[in-house]
Formats: sequence, C-alpha cells, structure tokens
Amino acid sequence: MRSRFGLLCAAGLVAALVYPLLFGGPVALLWRSNYAVNTGFLILFVAFIGQSWNIAGGFAGQTSFGHVVFFGTGAYVSTILHVTYGWNPWLAWPLAAAAGALVGWMIAVLSFRAGLKGSYFALITLAFAEVFRILANSVPITRGGLGMLIKADPRPENFQFRDAISFYYLALALCVLSIGIAWWLTRSRFGARLAAIRENEDAAMALGIDVFREKVRVLALSGAMCAAGGTVYAQKYLYIDPVIAFGVDKSVEMLLVSMVGGAGTIFGPLVGAGVLHIVGEVTRDLGNLVPGVKNAQPLALIVYGAILILIVRYLPDGLTSMFVRRGRAPRNG
Amino acid sequence: MTLDIAFAGIVNGLMSGGIYVLVAVGLTLIYGVLHIINFAHGSMLMLAMYGVYYLFKPPLGVDPYVALPILVAGSFAFGYVLYRGLIGRFSHGKDENILLITLGLSIIADNAALFFFTGDTQTIDVAWAGRFVEVGPALIPMPKLVSFVASLALCAALGLFMAFSDTGKAIRAVAKERQGARLVGIDVENIFAISYGIGIACLGAAACLLMPFFYVSPSSGHAFVLVAFTIVVLGGMGSFAGALVGGLLIGIVESLGGLQFGEQLGQIGIPLVFILILLFRPVGLFGSR
Repeated sequence: MRSRFGLLCAAGLVAALVYPLLFGGPVALLWRSNYAVNTGFLILFVAFIGQSWNIAGGFAGQTSFGHVVFFGTGAYVSTILHVTYGWNPWLAWPLAAAAGALVGWMIAVLSFRAGLKGSYFALITLAFAEVFRILANSVPITRGGLGMLIKADPRPENFQFRDAISFYYLALALCVLSIGIAWWLTRSRFGARLAAIRENEDAAMALGIDVFREKVRVLALSGAMCAAGGTVYAQKYLYIDPVIAFGVDKSVEMLLVSMVGGAGTIFGPLVGAGVLHIVGEVTRDLGNLVPGVKNAQPLALIVYGAILILIVRYLPDGLTSMFVRRGRAPRNG
Repeated sequence: MTLDIAFAGIVNGLMSGGIYVLVAVGLTLIYGVLHIINFAHGSMLMLAMYGVYYLFKPPLGVDPYVALPILVAGSFAFGYVLYRGLIGRFSHGKDENILLITLGLSIIADNAALFFFTGDTQTIDVAWAGRFVEVGPALIPMPKLVSFVASLALCAALGLFMAFSDTGKAIRAVAKERQGARLVGIDVENIFAISYGIGIACLGAAACLLMPFFYVSPSSGHAFVLVAFTIVVLGGMGSFAGALVGGLLIGIVESLGGLQFGEQLGQIGIPLVFILILLFRPVGLFGSR
C-alpha cells in the first residue's frame, strides 16, 4: 500500500515534469500556445500558497481569514528592494520570505498572547490584512494606489523569464517543496505537537507542550512560505497594487483550496487548487454558452462559495479524505 | 484641525454612527443569542440595499422610507428561512465552521449581485436629499439626520420589544440559558430562527435609511462587515448598549480619522480599533465574560 502510494506520487511528479513539454512545445504551436502551461503554473502556484495557509490553518488548526497579509508583504518587500533600491530580485527573495516570517511572528505573538482563538483569530488576521492594505494604499514607499511596476527585462538572472515554462517549473519546485514541508509535519515531533494543539489545546498544554511557542513558530513558517509566493507573483506579472497584494480575494482562495482539498492533509491544497480551477473553467465555459451572459466570472465564484458550504457540511476533511483513509479520529462538529 | 471643523466632523460621525448602530445591533443580537459570528452580515446589507434600489427604480418607484416596512418584513422572512434551511444545521459545531459557512454565503451573495446587478455603483435620487440642516457650524444633509433619528428610534423599539414582549423575553431567556429555556417549554430552534430573522431585519431597515445618501455596489458588503464587527467587539459581543455606544464612537473615529489623515489613510482607524480592542480588552466596553 505504502509503496503503491509512493509510486503514484512519483508518477504524478513525472507527469508534472513532462506536462509542459507535451503541451507547451510543438503541440502549443497548433493549439492555444501558452494556455496549458499558464494553467499549470496557476494551479501549482495556488497550491503552494494554499499549502502555506494549510500549514497554519490545517495542520495547526489556526484558521486565518487574512493570510494575504504575508503574500502582500513578500510581494512588496521584494518589489520595493528591486525597483526602488536596485536589488537583484533573487537576493530580495529571501528577504521577502524573512519579512513574511517576521509579520507572521508579530501577528502570532500579539494574538496568541491575548489568547485569541478560533473565529477571533480568523477575524484579527482579516483586520491585519486590512491595515496593511490601507497602509500600502497611503504611504509613499509603495506608491499608493498606483501600484508598482517592475520593468520588463526578461533575463533569468533577473528573475524574469521569456517563456512561461520557466515559471511553471519554478512553481512546480515550490509546490513540491511545500508538500515536502507538509510531509515533514506529519512525521516530525513539531508536526505532532501542532496536531495536538489543533485537536485540543488544553490537553496539549497539559501534556507539557509550549502551545504559545509552537503556534508562533508555525505562523512564522507559514508567513515565510506565503511571502515567498508573493515575490514569485510580482516577478511573474511584473505589477502589484494594494488590492492585489492585500485584497481579501487571495486570502479566500488560499483558504478555499485547502478546505476543499482537505485541511491538514499533505495533498489537500494541490487537489483543491486543481479541482477548483477545473470547476471554475467549466462553470465559465457553461456560463458563456448561455445567451445573454456577458460576464461568467461571478458564476465560478458562486459555485466556489457553494462548494465551501457543502465541504464544511458534508466533508470537513476535504476531497482527499474520500480516497485516503486516515488514522486519526474524525473531528468534532 | 480647528475646533469648528472638529465639531462638524464629530456631528457628521455621529450621524453615520446611527446607521452603524442599527447594523451592529443585528450582528450583536445574532451573536448574543446564537453564539455564531455572521460573516455574511455585510453582504446581506448589500442585498437589502439593492432591494431598496430596485423598489425605487421605475416601474415601482417606491420611496425608500415607504419601503422600510416592506424591507424589514422581507429581510426578516429571508433571515428566518435562511436560518431554518441552512445556518441552523451548522450552528452547534466548531465556531470556525459557522464562520466558514457564512463566508461561503457572503461569497455567493456578493457574486450573485455582481452577476445580476453588474459591478456598477448605484445611487437613488430622492427629491429632498439636497436639503441641509444647520447645527452650529456643521451642515447635516437631511437624509443623514433622518437616518440617525430613525436608527435610534428603531433600536429603542427593538429594545422595548426585547424587554416587554413575550417573544423578546423568550429570546433573552434562550440567550441566557438554552437548556433552561427548553425545559420551560420554549421552542428554542424557533427562537434561534426568529433572532436571526430580527438581526437581518435590522439590515433591511438600515438599507432603507442608507440608500438616500449612500451608494450600493456588490462590494458594499465587504465595506460594512469589518465596521460592524469592530462595533460589536468594541461594545462587547452580545451587548445592546455596547452596540449603541460602539456604533456612535466608530462613526466619530471614522469621521475624525478621515479629516485628520485624509481619505485613504483615514480608513485605518476601524481595523486598528478592532485589533487593539481584541488584543487589549477583548470583552469590549460593556461585555463581561
């Protein structure tokens, strides 16, 4: 069983590696050129930032409604260093991740010191994201609502690529890395402590776990990952503004892919990102078939909202729980 | 900031605060009785505002103030049915779950509005909206003054209803002691649905009072949701008096913040107050745990 699962993972990885060569190379000339590769990039990228949510929200049970605060921090830190101070974006990248970790540490220390849990923690993260959005909108260093443009200069040493495939492989590498981190959480003592905190914080404390320290650590880790994603986003699209960087949409997206795929599972965010992307595309295509529909985008989001409700109601451990039998007892509620 | 401008800012803030009180009272009632956080509160206000808008537009042409009873009744029915059909089935699990359910509802509501009503900002023009009332150095637009007085009157009416009617007494009993209320024969599930309905009905009334001087777009709900939460935590979750004082205070904070720090940075006051209250006085001004 175990080896068959390993084989499946290996096969998936090989497929992901070969995919852009099949659909991005000669076939692409016949078909919509970069469409397939960009779709792959989006799924892998959302799976990566979704995994950063999942590590805090799924594995440690600290549901966040404002995870975008880390994403935006990363995007702005690297872009400001690059555009305003002339840093090489590759060098700015680790600093962006460090800034994300710092923000995660700060929010965690403040909130968990005050004893915020559950919905209150979720809402305070949302408020932090709002504070950051308003600041990004008003202070000169971010150029306010105008946003920041990164000058197009597609050279690999400049963290810009002429072809979509390079970004695809970068997202793939990050996604695999994040899955590796999630896997490590299922094997390590740190991960076991997080699981204990998620299941019952008082019991975890009684067992001698330093609940506060572990929660702060996991939020810093999650913040670093999400901020790293922010830099990739900025370098791929060469533009960020306060709404892209700190808007509520990305927070919801990260939460959604994890919840749908399976919060607290290794492959949940990836499965969720894939399924939601396909559901979204199909909904839009179907919507466009209906005469008189000009903008089918909201339809996809309506379906997402409905899926979220159904998942919480009927499948709280997400889609992956339908296929993988897990050892732990079903969660209450 | 001169004294005159500050005074005008405070008066204007109080006026906005009146509406906030009405919105927050609905949220705090739902929290106090059901112990659920209704993340869809802003989105439902947005839907009610579209209700007012479409009632006002031809062919119906209903004045927003005339529409108030219609909206209140409609919103109550909507809330009641929503609770019975969907929310009630979730309301006893983990509190994050109900937050996620209501998040799902708000996503659906916002995007349904975007789909059916487009993303355009809509306003209504009532004939008397341009009139002003002079209060010392401050000029108050007539619809704002009406909304302030009517909001507080409606809150007072709700307070009387809660204090003296049988249903109000039953709601308070359920809020205090669920099991006990059930034992003395109160239909607790029905009281839950009624409370949720009343919470949403407050939004219906708020929408009617807001529309003459405000606008609506599918993202309006998002603008209000954090304001409402801030008031409720500031006043203390579940506290009526807290919602009243919190609403007026937040109105003033917003107005003075805007005057002092400008349109953009001034918005920071509300999330900042929210964070500070949760961190340093999570029971709020009037709450107790």
